[in-house]
Amino acid sequence: MTEILGIPVAVIPGQLMLGLVNGSFYAMLSLGLALIFGLMGVVNFAHGAFYTLGAFAALLGLQWFGINYWIALLLAPLVVGLLGILVERLLLRRLYRLDPPLYRAWVIIASVVVCFATWFVIERTRLGATLRAATENAPLLQAFGVNVPLLMAATYGGGVALAALAGVLAAPVVLVNSHMGTSLVIVVFAVVVIGGMGSMLGAIVSGLVLGLVEGFTKVIYPEASNIVVFIIMALVLILRPAGLFGKE
Amino acid sequence: MAAELLRATALHAYYGESHVLQGVEYHVNRGEVVTLLGRNGAGRTTTLKAMLGLVGSRCGSVMIDGRETISLAPHQIAHLGVGYCPEERGIYASLSTEENLLLPPALAPGGMSIAEIYAMFPNLQERRASRGTHLSGGEQQMLALARILRTGARLLLLDEISEGLAPVIVHALSRTVQRLREQGYTIVMAEQNFRFAALLADRFYIMERGRMVEGFTARELPDKMTLLRRYLGV
Repeated sequence: MTEILGIPVAVIPGQLMLGLVNGSFYAMLSLGLALIFGLMGVVNFAHGAFYTLGAFAALLGLQWFGINYWIALLLAPLVVGLLGILVERLLLRRLYRLDPPLYRAWVIIASVVVCFATWFVIERTRLGATLRAATENAPLLQAFGVNVPLLMAATYGGGVALAALAGVLAAPVVLVNSHMGTSLVIVVFAVVVIGGMGSMLGAIVSGLVLGLVEGFTKVIYPEASNIVVFIIMALVLILRPAGLFGKE
Repeated sequence: MAAELLRATALHAYYGESHVLQGVEYHVNRGEVVTLLGRNGAGRTTTLKAMLGLVGSRCGSVMIDGRETISLAPHQIAHLGVGYCPEERGIYASLSTEENLLLPPALAPGGMSIAEIYAMFPNLQERRASRGTHLSGGEQQMLALARILRTGARLLLLDEISEGLAPVIVHALSRTVQRLREQGYTIVMAEQNFRFAALLADRFYIMERGRMVEGFTARELPDKMTLLRRYLGV
């Protein structure tokens, strides 16, 4: 069999074709991305999502309304384009003139307000008392007539809603990507361990303090900035295994 | 309204491998105070827990107010008007006395108001801001009892409420149960303290090895003393 540079000749046309098809997609996506960045200075990380939306618009158009491929070729970009306009008007527009220091101040204030509100609900209201009781002895609480399975679902929902709120606040100041949570959550677990498992006040206080510690370590001794939180966690686990605010 | 509020038939309960209730049969009429007697480990506490489905698994039949509850979740059973005072009292350490009092949701109209409860248990009002577990043993028992009177439950399951308390407090509890009985509550008590139970109950059941082995009324009590001594060693 003939080979060119170690590749069998028979394979070449197929790969050439595949490469060009993928290249066409890259070109079209890059074009839009470059256009947006050039004009607006926004790195549009949502671009991949809009690409997916286009494909789904075509698929669902065919399945639900019997729209054929050629019409979809026109219609899907129109629909997704309109959605893009909506996103720009409602969300992105707010970012252009954003003053970074001002935005960071807003993040801190919003976080403190939300944390305090959450703490208040848990420590000072009837609903919070029910939640605390569920943490302590859920079977008995259920025997009193509280729908504990529902309470657990609602608690999970509330907890992840807080995560989403943090995500929205983070979006304008960090590089938004699909792995942004993976590295963060490891630090967050360390914060929870340091504050004391299940202690709301511990989570709030140690979250803010450790953020500060990490920030200053970056200035004073940058090499340690990635591990300082874990060093503190190890120390806390040795000296006070239940965490700083945890109950023994 | 049927006279019978609670009836367990062929009730079996298990904690993992151990077969704790082995075919319990008993019933309680409306307005009655019924006491379950028996040695430690005979199954009194488990019988009360099994009424609410608080055991590993259970089968058989538990009718409450004419409804089969064997496949219901504990909170659904509670909403049929069942109040539960557990053996370990179940006072929440992370809640204040008043938060403990307000914790159980209303199950039916006609529960006692906070004012009525504080009139009945003045100590609890004094200590309303204290952590529930900072109360004395007697106060904690009052709280565990008071907390289910707010909910409108008419069937009260009271597990060993006199256990480990000073005689003067046991006496106060006895008067409280007496008052609840006069107010028409239906009460099932698991008791080790025979003298406490003897003054209050309309009927008795004796349990042994996860079964009811004997049942009799308060009037029959004098004739049953020999039997009781044999089963309980009183």
